[in-house]
Amino acid sequence: MSTTTESPTRRPATHPGERIAEWTDGRLGLYKLAKSNMRKIFPDHWSFMLGEVCLYSFTILILTGVYLTLFFHPSMNEVVYHGPYVPLQGVRMSDAYASTLHISFEVRGGLLIRQIHHWSALIFIAGMIVHMMRVFFTGGFRKPRELNWLFGWSLLFIGMFEGFTGYSLPDDLLSGTGIRFMEGAILSTPIVGTYLSFFLFGGQFPGHDFVPRFYSVHILLLPGIMAGLVAAHLILIFYHKHTQFPGAGKSEKNVVGTPLLPVYMAKAGGFFFIVFGVISAIAAVATINPIWTMGPYRPDQVSTGAQPDWYMGFSEGLIRVMPGWEIRAWGHTLVLGVFVPLMIFPLVMAAIAAYPFIESWLTHDKREHHILDRPRNRPVRTGFGVAWLTVYFTLLIGGGNDIIATHFHLSINAITWFVRVGFFVLPVAAYYATKRICLGLQRRDRDKVLHGRETGIIKRLPHGEFIEVHEPLSQQQLHVLTAHAQPRPIELGPAVDENGVARRSSPVAKIQAKMSEGFYGEGSNIPKPTAEEYEEITSGHGHH
Amino acid sequence: MKKLSARRRHPLAALVVLLFALAATGGLYAALAPAPKAQADDSAQSLAIDEGKRLYSVGCATCHGMNGQGSSDGPSLVGVGSAAVDFQVGTGRMPAQQPGAQIPKKKNIYSQGEIDQIAAYIASLGPGPSIPTKEEYSPAGADIAKGGELFRTNCSQCHNFVGKGGALTDGKFAPSLKGVDPKHIYEAMQTGPQNMPSFPDTTMPQDTKADIIAYLREVDSSSSKNPGGFTLGTLGPVPEGLFAWVFGLGTLLGIAVWMAARTTKAKKS
Repeated sequence: MSTTTESPTRRPATHPGERIAEWTDGRLGLYKLAKSNMRKIFPDHWSFMLGEVCLYSFTILILTGVYLTLFFHPSMNEVVYHGPYVPLQGVRMSDAYASTLHISFEVRGGLLIRQIHHWSALIFIAGMIVHMMRVFFTGGFRKPRELNWLFGWSLLFIGMFEGFTGYSLPDDLLSGTGIRFMEGAILSTPIVGTYLSFFLFGGQFPGHDFVPRFYSVHILLLPGIMAGLVAAHLILIFYHKHTQFPGAGKSEKNVVGTPLLPVYMAKAGGFFFIVFGVISAIAAVATINPIWTMGPYRPDQVSTGAQPDWYMGFSEGLIRVMPGWEIRAWGHTLVLGVFVPLMIFPLVMAAIAAYPFIESWLTHDKREHHILDRPRNRPVRTGFGVAWLTVYFTLLIGGGNDIIATHFHLSINAITWFVRVGFFVLPVAAYYATKRICLGLQRRDRDKVLHGRETGIIKRLPHGEFIEVHEPLSQQQLHVLTAHAQPRPIELGPAVDENGVARRSSPVAKIQAKMSEGFYGEGSNIPKPTAEEYEEITSGHGHH
Repeated sequence: MKKLSARRRHPLAALVVLLFALAATGGLYAALAPAPKAQADDSAQSLAIDEGKRLYSVGCATCHGMNGQGSSDGPSLVGVGSAAVDFQVGTGRMPAQQPGAQIPKKKNIYSQGEIDQIAAYIASLGPGPSIPTKEEYSPAGADIAKGGELFRTNCSQCHNFVGKGGALTDGKFAPSLKGVDPKHIYEAMQTGPQNMPSFPDTTMPQDTKADIIAYLREVDSSSSKNPGGFTLGTLGPVPEGLFAWVFGLGTLLGIAVWMAARTTKAKKS
């Protein structure tokens, strides 16, 4: 039968490699997959490698984490320490803490692996923040990538809690203080607080349950979710194709760059080893979380300088700067000093998660975007981003107020008041300053397009006038400066229709129009030079 | 003599003889014992007090008053004891350069002899804790682990896990304990200088103070071992986070920029 002939033209595979490839293709369909993906194009820009930093540090976290699970005992059983670290010999501690000391001092390579694990965690989340900011400021979150933005945001949010649970596992005095902090936050929840706390800790704090529970969450639940999200994130990058910066030859319909195989794969693979190498080198020379100096957790002890790892620092800052207000009524206390920060904490995060949807709603922008924005061309968005970062970093200052006070010889109260005021004032100031800077840069771009680059050469004309020689930009440069679209704000339409009847527009539409005006109106954009202006100015009469 | 001889078997005779014997030995001792040394000590003490008062009038009296009674600028020194003087002057905190949230440590300009003289003068104003002897504050043979537990219970809430110091309200601070003389640590615990609470022997016996000193010497001195590499100050997660951003992510970003700048580019032809 003709339909089942086994393509007689194909010569049988002879080389062993070929045969292996044949075998796997027959079972996995690798040829088709490879054909469509091996030549996938990735544009080249340093900021596109930020996500890779995160991916690789996540990989390192899994590799080193597996090693640590081999030696860690997630148990709150009390033991007496008899290990090699003299200042703790004979001290009662939990098995979790003792096994962490064991990893640090007795397991071969244990301390190095612990430090690689912890340093990668800090770098992983720092990388995610920077990666997210790159995507934010360049508008990489716009259609069709809103869902991928949410995946990435979820990775950041879950990553923070993944880090927090890991920080809590050794049951040292620092992490115990962190858990106590969390317990306090849970307790401040009205009505259900005490129930939630008893549910989480299996009774009165600290109890015997939280380390084994956090362990399951830390090594199984959250990493599992994160691995899934990472996979989905990457699949969507392949599906959407990578965004690219504007430039000659780059359009919404193409991707200019290097193919996955062999170039990009070699670079990415090499970069993995560089990331691993840099983190290992840092872990080899710099101490992180020296739990042996902190002692075992006891609820009656505490140390100054007790902060969470940096990614939770903004929540620490919220609590530290919030005045200790309380409302007492009907025999109950509502601890606003803790509850308000607990509510603002997710809001800070949610603001950035929801942004793509808010922007597309306000601007009615439903088109697909594959060319990135230059941040200066979207002053309002760039201003929002900087304002968010300002809030975030102001709160980080609040979280580290004691260390800043001692090291800069300041009053901790003054820093706290600075953060209290700054929390409201600084983002607004940062927004306006950023917007002005963006507009200034847009004017400069416009000037460069129309008049060329200032060469710094002063020329004296025959009649005595001095002028600076401007050099026209190349076509490529002109393209970069003028490729962006400048959408018009949404119009509400005339107040009366053609029959002279007053038109009604909903309040939502009015808000939308107003916000859209804010985004794209005259105050937020410098009109880019038109072709006519360019023609007129470069047509040759006179000098400019 | 007959009278005496007749009463030699009186029941009280032995007692009388004993009294005579005691009087004789006592008198002889009083006459022959090497008493002058004790007297010389006394005069040296009073000399030290006099010298101390002179030093006090120059360096301290402006704020603490001519007789140590205190003024609006400085507290009364009656009853603070010689340990307080040895700590405050020995660490250079006193005489203070200027008033402020807290008087910081600075270079000590007095010799130990002069400090002892001022201490003697202050101690003469009223009883208070005296300068500890070397046996009292010596960390030799002390229990380091117990010292660590005591330190975490009583000290680390201001001084950090290993005595790196920390912030207090309104610009006050708990100083770092690194490189502080064990004697001064002992005296600080004993007297509670400035914003520090005092831990007298009734609440923290002398040997537990030595335990704490031994713990600090083990974890926070130039001879302490740092198995993890550079300590970054042992200040907790704040410097760690800063280090991760600046050196960790900073290095990786630098490498990313370098890699992206060295790419295979299609040749223009």
